[in-house]
Amino acid sequence: MSQNVSSVPAIRLDGVTKDFGSVHAVKGIDLRIHPGEVVAFLGPNGAGKTTTIDMILGLSHPTAGSAEVLGLKPRQAVARGLVSAVMQTGGLLKDLTVRETVAYTASLFADTRPVDDVLESAGITHIADRRVGKCSGGEQQRLRFAMALLPDPALLLLDEPTTGMDVEGRRTFWSTIRKDSEKGRTVLFATHYLEEADQYADRIVLIANGTIVADGSGSEIKALASGRTVRATVEDDPRRIADELRTLPGVDEVELRGDSVRVHAKDSDAVARYLLNQTTARDLEIEAKGIEEAFLSLTGDSEHPHEHEEMSR
Amino acid sequence: MSATTTTTYDPNTRRVPPLGGFNLTLLGIELRRMLRNRRTVVFTLIMPIALALIFTNQKGAEDSAGSGNVAAYILISIALYAAALTACANGAMVALERATGWSRQLRLTPLSPVAYILVKATMALIMGGVAIAVVNVVGAIEGKAVMPTHVWILSALLGLVCTVTFAALGVFVGYIVPGENAMQILGPGLAALSFLGGVFIPLSTYNDVVRNIAYWTPMYGVAQISRAPLTHDLPWFAIVNAVAWFAIFVAGAAWRMSKDTARV
Repeated sequence: MSQNVSSVPAIRLDGVTKDFGSVHAVKGIDLRIHPGEVVAFLGPNGAGKTTTIDMILGLSHPTAGSAEVLGLKPRQAVARGLVSAVMQTGGLLKDLTVRETVAYTASLFADTRPVDDVLESAGITHIADRRVGKCSGGEQQRLRFAMALLPDPALLLLDEPTTGMDVEGRRTFWSTIRKDSEKGRTVLFATHYLEEADQYADRIVLIANGTIVADGSGSEIKALASGRTVRATVEDDPRRIADELRTLPGVDEVELRGDSVRVHAKDSDAVARYLLNQTTARDLEIEAKGIEEAFLSLTGDSEHPHEHEEMSR
Repeated sequence: MSATTTTTYDPNTRRVPPLGGFNLTLLGIELRRMLRNRRTVVFTLIMPIALALIFTNQKGAEDSAGSGNVAAYILISIALYAAALTACANGAMVALERATGWSRQLRLTPLSPVAYILVKATMALIMGGVAIAVVNVVGAIEGKAVMPTHVWILSALLGLVCTVTFAALGVFVGYIVPGENAMQILGPGLAALSFLGGVFIPLSTYNDVVRNIAYWTPMYGVAQISRAPLTHDLPWFAIVNAVAWFAIFVAGAAWRMSKDTARV
């Protein structure tokens, strides 16, 4: 691996924003993704995932900030076959056969893998002569995947890639993706399933309301999501109270500024109960981080079962 | 180093395709796709043949017209109409492919938007050319039409050039009328414009009012131009008419497309 190639990030977003009229879909994203990483772009519907992916592909331009792919402008990278994508919205021509669709796409690149190889690795050789209009949703998704693999891309973007696939199809799909990433391919996939992100990604970037609210490994992200922050004013002996707070179960972090104490804990109720019952603390506030809100719609929260049901419908 | 064993990707080894991705494989697949479509085959091949056979068997088809006969005049007109209709249908497909998301899919490849339009324009010309050729071959076999060979060839080529106007019209209307409804408007619309523009019936048979309107309609100019080698009659306002409508339809198509691109 040569030095200058590996030091260029596969994706570099600097202060990227995107407005649609008065709607701020993306509100300032900074992101570096390194070659060979498999990254999940996790967030609820409407978080700005697709809008961000569109900008990485050069399908739309940021309102402010800049997007770069392998050190190139997005469209330059697409023209060289360095980036490809499987998008939710990409249509197919119903009156072409599966093989014709792949051959059509292959003819557009300067260098491509052989059509038959790609059909084979996407598992659609047996339906190669079938009209696209007669293929199931899962088969069409595998066709889109075959088309994306044609140029042997260095970066593959997948927007909700396993929609419409059954469990078996999903497993085969991800094992193919993982195998390719071992060869150095970078993969960024958008999903609104925490489980899928946790299972298949090296790194999870959590996005909500157009900003990145967390970035880390699966276990780091899950740990973050389970806590809340409690704030209070403690005038009597704040140091002693802070020390005692640290001994409470589930407390991650205690911060003291003057007479204001800030506690991050998995069990915020226990912290609040302690502060109110055993100290003279006042002005108590419990706040969920932005991440909490995002997670509610991703995983469901036992406190809000109805809310979750509505979202999953 | 082969692509499958590489452990890293070097952007410097990657090439951009020539001509923005325009290539012959693409044209071949598009052509096959067209010829598989029953509707296209009916409009491009069968209907024009039927029209040509019916009209050239009318009474008076053997009367002389310019450097040939009336049957030759009719043959050139029908060929133009068939090519225009085919080009329209091709143009309308651009909007349809946009609506179904195929153009967005193509944006994930190196194909440039200009090359895409070039592919569609080439397809419109090829299919228009097939329509013209079919009508002329049938006319030649039928043997009613009489005109010098160079007139035959020149008229066919002029008709082909004129079809570009209608490819642009197809794109324009395709964007305004969503989905497959575009051809339901363009089909009858083009037939009406052809009657009005003197493609099927000579303008001299109309009264003054209708004729004065006809001079301003889109089929008039192109019909006069493609028949000029036979009739030796090409008024200046026919050329102005053809150029003006070409400009209007291309501008309209470009305008609707650029509005649409903002959303892709």
